[in-house]
Order: sequence, then structure tokens, then C-alpha cells
Amino acid sequence: MRRFANAHPVWTALIALAVVILLWLIFAIWPQGLVDVIGKKKVFLAALFNGITLGGLYFLVASGFTLIFGLMRNVNLAHGTLYLLGGYIGFHTADITGYWLLAFPVAFVVVGFCGVLLQVLVFRRMEGEDLRQTLVTIGISIVVADLMLWGFGGDFFNISPPPWLSGPVETFFVTTVKRSGDLVYMKYPMVRIVIFIAAVILGIAMWLALNRTRIGMMIRAGVDDRDMLQATGARIQIVFVGVFAFGAGLAGIAGVVGGTFQSVAPGEDIRFLLASLVVVIVGGMGSIPGAALGALLIGLAEQFGSVYFPTYAVVLTFLIMVVVLAFRPQGLMGSEG
Amino acid sequence: MVDLTPDLAQGRLRQDRAWVERVPPGYWVMGVVLLVIPAFVSPFVMFQIMGWTFILGIISLSLMFLAGYGGMVSLAQMAFAGFAGYMMAIFGNSAIETISQGWPWWIAIPLALFLATVFATLVGWLAVRTEGIYTIMITLAIAAAFFYFTRQNYDLFNGFQGFNSVLPPQLFGVDWRGPYAFYYLTLFFAVGAYALVLYISRAPFGLALQGVRDNPRRMAALGYNVTAHRVAAYAFAGCLAGIGGILLTWQSSQISPGTVGIGPAIDILIIAVIGGLRHPIGPFIGAFIYVILKTFAVDFLVNLGLAGERFQLVIGLGFLIIVFFSPDGVLGLWEKFKAARNRDPLTGESRGQDPL
Repeated sequence: MRRFANAHPVWTALIALAVVILLWLIFAIWPQGLVDVIGKKKVFLAALFNGITLGGLYFLVASGFTLIFGLMRNVNLAHGTLYLLGGYIGFHTADITGYWLLAFPVAFVVVGFCGVLLQVLVFRRMEGEDLRQTLVTIGISIVVADLMLWGFGGDFFNISPPPWLSGPVETFFVTTVKRSGDLVYMKYPMVRIVIFIAAVILGIAMWLALNRTRIGMMIRAGVDDRDMLQATGARIQIVFVGVFAFGAGLAGIAGVVGGTFQSVAPGEDIRFLLASLVVVIVGGMGSIPGAALGALLIGLAEQFGSVYFPTYAVVLTFLIMVVVLAFRPQGLMGSEG
Repeated sequence: MVDLTPDLAQGRLRQDRAWVERVPPGYWVMGVVLLVIPAFVSPFVMFQIMGWTFILGIISLSLMFLAGYGGMVSLAQMAFAGFAGYMMAIFGNSAIETISQGWPWWIAIPLALFLATVFATLVGWLAVRTEGIYTIMITLAIAAAFFYFTRQNYDLFNGFQGFNSVLPPQLFGVDWRGPYAFYYLTLFFAVGAYALVLYISRAPFGLALQGVRDNPRRMAALGYNVTAHRVAAYAFAGCLAGIGGILLTWQSSQISPGTVGIGPAIDILIIAVIGGLRHPIGPFIGAFIYVILKTFAVDFLVNLGLAGERFQLVIGLGFLIIVFFSPDGVLGLWEKFKAARNRDPLTGESRGQDPL
């Protein structure tokens, strides 16, 4: 961080200024003039929180995608399908057993197993053939999307969280001051906060596992030079299958989260595939911190866009992608070359 | 030296012959068949099947040009096509009179094509900063952004509904949406696009583009501007897709976000891959198969006693099987078949001549 500050003093100053302004916007009680210009603080805080938690969801989907791509150069355009499958499995598990928490391990295991099948039956047969992988996974996603429409129907499902998580919780962020002088605190859905914290913990755990453990070392070595790792005797195919299963399982978990935040329905697969594409393009392929940063940016852009410029919200997301591509084609956190 | 002489002589002979004589016989047969087909088939087949085949073929041809000769798989071709259709609806006539400018066709159509080309150039300039699989992802993201934008924007693109009653001009007193006129109109543009792509693939620009595809570093070392060639390929492909998009808008007489959605964008890729990315005829073969499947799969499934709405499954499975077993599509299967026919059954070696 200090090296970055030394290398780019202007950027550091700008980022610091932005952070200070943001903190002031979050914690200060807004003067009337500001409210007149950009609306109520409540709306702003809601957009900020929704954006951050949506970013958490995007991170769950995109981190699996970026992990699989980073290690194996496998282009899995069926990732959105895995997400949707996780959502359906989670919904039916929660519906049948009545335990919301049980949906997560079931979705993780089942979707992870689908990931193993994909790796063994499809990707291992066409290693290094980008275009063929793309086409085959597109074909798979079309077929499975139709099978899911057949099996689960076209209805919207909503996974409802257990009572102890549903309902709003009062946070310590002041939105306005009443005329009587009482402070009004912001209320926010408990489940979103819990899931966001879980996503952050998961992200940190992934980072630790990648950077501090033996398996993580093997995975990082595989990202850098697969052939050399194989030559040193590491059983790379097993690592591949494991990483694929884990990445797919994450997509399954994200499906349950997405079903709780929003809904599970046909078409969500493509939406989340695109979201994870944009996230990893912005953040940089194969980088977990990049996926986190990209997910946060895209989530915030989507929410602020839909609140402050509704018709151009999509363009805002797209604009971020264009600017990143124009100035840093490898993504914000991507490595050179 | 002696061995070379007959070759050279033959080459000169080929040069001396009139260009009409150099057209392979297959083209003559195909041309005659395509010209006389309207005498035998119903208007539905002409307008809905053949017309649609030619239109989808043109749009897929633009993808085949980029992917086959440029090595860049773009999923944004349908977005370019839809953009041209939208521009024509906005500048020309449609039922949405508050937005449509109602300009005459000889301004609206060139303007729409020009803007589609500009759009494609900008997208290309962005996309060529990346390679291989990244290009696919970025163009997919662009296509999706365009789809969502048209759906949300009501000022310019009229949102969810889009534009209806976008009709071709009544030129020479002909109703160009009539089955015969539309068939020949689309045939004309399909043949034109095919010939143009074939010509460009042998022209210096096309050869340089194929060089860029095979080895960009060597081409750069030879002094070619790699980026400019790639962006120019996008511009040309965008113009082709724009022609297809305008015809598509006329055929369905409307343009809406559904036309430029992610499904159609992927369908264009499916068509090009099913047909084969090696030769410009591939997209038309792929489009024909796709249109036949799309039109008759429902009846076929119902006849088999299955639910008709599962046709997407049939198309997906067919696509999956083809890409799994023959990455070069139907053309690849044909070449395999030819190679098998050419093999000597005793030695298993090639006979050295083409029996077909």
C-alpha cells in the first residue's frame, strides 16, 4: 500500500478524498441543501447498503468463475446455470425440510458434484480449446436451462429465511433528525447483513487458503505454470477437479443467497453469468481480490444507477467496464501480460 | 524447372478463360435452383423459411467473417444488426410516430447502416484490446448491455415494446414484403454478401487479416497494423450485420428488445458454428438447418408425443452434439466424409485425387 502511495501520489490523494467524502456522507446528518440536491439520506444509505450486499452476492458467483478460469483456463459459460441450479435445489431443500441453513450445504454438494462431472466429462476432453469449451458450455447451458424450466416450472420462487433472520434490524446510521430532536436510525434487513458478513468471511478464508496453505500453494503454482507443477509430481488433475467442484459449489451457494435476496426464476442464469463476466473483466481474470473489488463496484453501480438515473443504470455498469478495458485491459487487479 | 512448366501454363490458361467459365459448376446449379424455387413452393416457405434463412445467414456470415478470417468470435453481431434495425425505425417510418422521424428511405437506410458500422467500429476498437476467450466475453457483455439498454430506454428505443409497422419502402411500385419480392430481395443481398465476403477473403485486405489471425506478431513485424486490420474487420462485419438487421426488421415488420436479446445473439453463434466457420457458405447452411428446426421442431415433438415447447431442448442438444463431435460444423463433417471417400480401402492412404 505504501508502495502504491509512493508510486501514484495523485491517485492516492483522490482515493483518500473520495473515502473521506463517503464517510462524511454516511455518518453526517445531511444539511437541507444537500437533501434538496440529491434527495434523502435514507435513499442514499439504502442504495449504498443494497449495493454492498449485492456486491457480496456477485462476489460469491464471480469468485468461483474466476478461480476456475484462473487455474485451468476453462471457460465455463455454464456458470450461471450452476447458479440457478443451486437456487432451485436450495429452494426445494428449504421447502421440504424447513431448514434454511440446510439449503447451503445441500446446494454446495450437489452443484459441486455437477462441477466434477463437467470437469471430468467435458473440460478434460478439450483442454486448451477455448472456442470449443465456450460452445459446448453454451450448449449445455441451453439444454440444462430448458430441462430446469421443464422440471421446476417457470414460476418465481423466493427462498424465505428463518424468522430469526427475517425482519429489519436497526443500525447505528442516522438518517434524519426529527423535528423533536430525536435521531432516526436506519433499518436494514438482518438477512442481508448476515449474508454479506458470511461472504466477507468466505472471501477472507479463500484468500487465506490460497496464500497460506499447501493446497493453495499448489493452486497458485498451477495458475503460474501448469506444466512445471505437473512435472514436479503434483497430481494436478485431482487439484483441477477439486477446484472445479469448489468453484461450482460456490455458485450453488450463491444461488441460495440470490434466491433469498431476490428470486429464483428462469433467465436468472444468464443474468448472473453476465454479472460474473463483467465482474471478472473489471476485476481481472483469475484474481480473488479482483473479483471482490469488481463485485463491489458493479453492485454499487447497479444500485446507485437504478436509484439516481433509472433509465441509464445498465449503461453505468457498462461504462465502468469500458473505462477499465480502455485503460487497463487486464482488469483492475489482473496481472500484466 | 521442367516440372513447373505445365503448372504455369495451366495457370495462364485459367487466367485467359473468361470469368464466367471459372465459376464452379456447383454455383450454377445452386443459382438456378434458388432462382426457380419460388415456382414450386408456397409463399410461407418463401417468406418465412427461405427469407429468414437468408437474413440469419447474412448476420451469421458477418460472424463467420470475423471468426473464420479474423480469429475473433464476436457475440455482438446481433446487437449490430438490431442497432441498424432500430436506427431505421427511428429515422424512417414506424407506428411510433412520436419517435420516428419519418425521413425518406434513401436517407434513413444509409444512415442506419452508417451508424451500425460506427457502432461496430467502436465495439471492435474495444474488443480487439483483448484476445481469444476475452473477446467472446466482452462482446457478450456488450450485447447484453445493448439489450437491457433498449429495454429500459423509452426516449429513443421505446423500451419494452420497441417499434412496430416498420415497413420497406414501396420502391418501383412493388410491395417488398410480398413473398416473391421479399424472397428475391433477401436472395439478392445474401448472394451479394456471400460474394463480397468471398472476394474480400482473397483480396489483399482479407489475406492480411488471415495473416493477422494466424500470427499477429509476424504480421506486425512485417509492417502491418494489426489493430487497424482487426478494427476494420469489425467495421465491415458490422455493416454486413446491419444489412441483415434491416432485412430482419422488414420481415417481422417490427424491432423490439426481444430481437436483440442474449438468446438471439447466441443463436447467431450457433448458426455459424453448426454450418462451419471455414467457408462463407457455412452460415447459410447453418441458418437453413436452424430455421427448419425452429419452424418444425414443435410439430415434430408433438408428433412424437412430447410437449411442443421443448424445441429449445432439441436445438440445444443438436448444437451440443455437433460441437462435441465436429468443431467445424456441417462443413467439417462434409470434409471428413470426402476424406473418407478418398481413402484407398486397402492401404488406408489417400488416393491423391478428389473423386467428388
